[in-house]
Amino acid sequence: MKRKITLKVNGKEHEVNVDPETPLLYVLRNNLGLKGPKFGCGLSQCGACMVLYDGKANPSCLMSVENATDMEITTLEGLVDEEGNLHKVQQAFVEEQAAQCGYCLNGLVMASVGLLKKNSNPSDEEIQAALYRNICRCGVHPRVIKAVKKASTS
Amino acid sequence: MKTSRREFIRQLGYVSIGFTILGAACMNTKEENNEGGGNAGNSEAATENSNRPDRINAWLRVLEDGSVLVLTGKMELGQGIRIAVAQMAAEELNTSPDLVEVNLAETGVTANEGYTAGSHSIETSAMSIRRAAAAAREKLLNLASKKWEIPVSQVSLEDGNIIAGTNKMTLYDLLEGRQISEEIGEPSEIYGKTRRKYVGQPVLRKDISAMVRAQHEYVQDLEFPNMVHARIIRPTSYTSKLASLDEEGLEDFPGFLKLVRIGSFVGVIAEEEFEAIKLSWEVNNRAQWDDDEELPAEVPLKEYLKTLDADVEVEEEKGDWQSTIEEAPIQHSASYYKPYIMHAANGPSCAVAFFDNDKLSVWTHSQGVYPLRETLAALLGMPAESIHVKGVPGSGCYGHNGADDVAAEAALLAVNLPGRHVRLQWMRNDEHCWEPYGTAMIMELQAGLDSNGKIKGWKYDFWSDGHSTRPNGQPETLLPARFLDKGHGVPGIGFKGGAVRNSTPYYTIETLQTTSHIFQGPLRKSALRGLGAYGNIFGIECFIDELAQKAGKDPVEFRINHLSDERAITCLKKIKEKTSNVRPGENEGLGYAFSRYKNSASYFAVAAHVKKMDDGIFRVKKMWGVIDSGETINPDGLKNQTEGGMVQAASWALREEVRFDKQHITSVDWHRYPIFRFEEIPEVEVEVIDRVDEKPLGAGEAAQGPSAAAVANAVFDATGIRYRDLPINPVEKYLR
Repeated sequence: MKRKITLKVNGKEHEVNVDPETPLLYVLRNNLGLKGPKFGCGLSQCGACMVLYDGKANPSCLMSVENATDMEITTLEGLVDEEGNLHKVQQAFVEEQAAQCGYCLNGLVMASVGLLKKNSNPSDEEIQAALYRNICRCGVHPRVIKAVKKASTS
Repeated sequence: MKTSRREFIRQLGYVSIGFTILGAACMNTKEENNEGGGNAGNSEAATENSNRPDRINAWLRVLEDGSVLVLTGKMELGQGIRIAVAQMAAEELNTSPDLVEVNLAETGVTANEGYTAGSHSIETSAMSIRRAAAAAREKLLNLASKKWEIPVSQVSLEDGNIIAGTNKMTLYDLLEGRQISEEIGEPSEIYGKTRRKYVGQPVLRKDISAMVRAQHEYVQDLEFPNMVHARIIRPTSYTSKLASLDEEGLEDFPGFLKLVRIGSFVGVIAEEEFEAIKLSWEVNNRAQWDDDEELPAEVPLKEYLKTLDADVEVEEEKGDWQSTIEEAPIQHSASYYKPYIMHAANGPSCAVAFFDNDKLSVWTHSQGVYPLRETLAALLGMPAESIHVKGVPGSGCYGHNGADDVAAEAALLAVNLPGRHVRLQWMRNDEHCWEPYGTAMIMELQAGLDSNGKIKGWKYDFWSDGHSTRPNGQPETLLPARFLDKGHGVPGIGFKGGAVRNSTPYYTIETLQTTSHIFQGPLRKSALRGLGAYGNIFGIECFIDELAQKAGKDPVEFRINHLSDERAITCLKKIKEKTSNVRPGENEGLGYAFSRYKNSASYFAVAAHVKKMDDGIFRVKKMWGVIDSGETINPDGLKNQTEGGMVQAASWALREEVRFDKQHITSVDWHRYPIFRFEEIPEVEVEVIDRVDEKPLGAGEAAQGPSAAAVANAVFDATGIRYRDLPINPVEKYLR
């Protein structure tokens, strides 16, 4: 049954009335209108739905919303600052044109932001290891690696 | 209030402002039309015709806010067609691409350009837009010259304004709100050839800037007031029938709106997305299915395919190849295999459908809005004019995936719930288990060489299913049709020509024969990037490598010795140069390949540096590509497409294979159908040869076949062992 749940997303508190088992992904997309995180597999296998939980990137498709109430959640939208400036990882993805269809871009940006919080100057291998959970089907991986490298030095 | 693009589209809305067009036939090559098994969409030419594709306003409109709207009948698949057509129009109108918006394929609004397929969009749509924009510029300059009574040479067009000395006005004001409906004719100058201020430049894609802000709208992201959510309950096999389904009490489930059951087609609709998912789990548990047919899971597929009835046809024959091969001092033969592989889009297919007052609207990532409309009309038994199909980008599209199927399913559900927008999102296993795959193929080659290492005789036999069963007006080309109570059946072999693509080598060989053996295989199949060219080029380019070795020649030199086309030779020489300093280490190898896609589109040469890891798995360390696509519209876009094709093809070749048991597909998700992940990604370097004076050539599929062959040839160079059956690495190593 539905109940009221309070979430902290992108620096603001939001109250939603949902089935507490609902995966966070659907609440972000359908209740809060945050379309950055994408549905890719619903199995935590592809990374398309990644968000930051207290700064750590993880999928949101299997995280039930009732378990996400104690964390600061950041979505792709929340990386843009109040003046509309892009996060350096977002900026680097634009500069490197690191997308084709762009469906995986959300997860890749979130995972990269999560990585740079832990390791501000990762090697190519560390970037590849950090993005292991993210599927990209168009084959833009080499550009993504360049973009993350660029963001880490900017 | 000024008209913005969004309002313009909204005003167009549903009611056909319609112009269609001479039908797909006038726009596309024969091959592309045939890919759908027929010339879908052609019939509407006569019915909806106020603007024609020979008129400027079929392709571009001047908007009140100063921007220009370009109308392409093609879809954005991730290939960047929007920026390419925007650059083409921007160049001719001497107007920043920032002021050019693009309306993607939409019935009644854009030209009927058939399918966005076969790497044709630049050669067809973008070229039409270029001519229309050039013609528009000439008309606008003439109009201003008359208005201001000054010679046309004193008038110029810049960034959406007409300028003469101190006179300046917007295009919209000049036209006084009208559009340019004159014939395109033959413009006297194409700025894209003479000026190239925007064309040929790596203009940034506007959609990527929107994507990073989550402002790029995918079909999966669409929202409408009171929109509801649906899921499909899948049968247990391709042929199973619903035996029973206890519906009692379902209406008490939270959010329940409707169970739609038509024969063995079953879907649920609920208010919220997770409610629809939970309902689908419940219904799935309750449904009982009868299975009467089995998939051939017991026999190795390569053996099984040869036992199928096949249509055998000689596709190409020249000279007495048989005795030439038999009498040659060096003879060789080899057999290659590629399994079924899947498109495996990152985002599962999705569509929104809305039915009200006998009119249906569908939002879809289909590659062909007009053919889909005609096929939906046949499936639903309603007139095509009552259906509006609007293209909205989805996840990456590499051919005929689940896009049309999900649209048809959404339509079937929406018809049963009038007045609500029904959003149907496929789940991961819907996509993995039900999309139409790229078919398995067997490639067998024989050749005879003279003592100088020249190929004198060549014989190629290949076994393949058809490569396209796209919606073509026949309901059974849409997945749900087979499960409806009407019994629409299943599509046959489909477009055979896709199998033949690149089956005759581009090399100069005096005597040869190419023979096709076309079967209907056990799995659902359709067009996947490159169609038959992937398997054919893989086989031919591996075999060429083997022949070079037999002849004791360098593999690149050997290819050059059999080519007469200087552009092909240039690509190969460049790829050799790029790798001249590469010294593969222990357990490492370097492999090469080349092809000209369709023997008429882009030239592509590729090298791969492969390493055998300690666990026996092969990894690609680096790949180099050289591509000549004639005139380049956006060099970075072309590079991006080519790099992506190389990485994707390396993944196909090293790890991918659709698997099944007697009942159905077992490659149900990313653990059971493993593709490249970041740790395996090679470094990739692509050089573009831009030939301004040549025609632009289709490029999006050029990398697939050669890249796979280069990887396999590198594996041989590393190990001395020929891996002739794909995938090269054992799939078991990756399964989880």
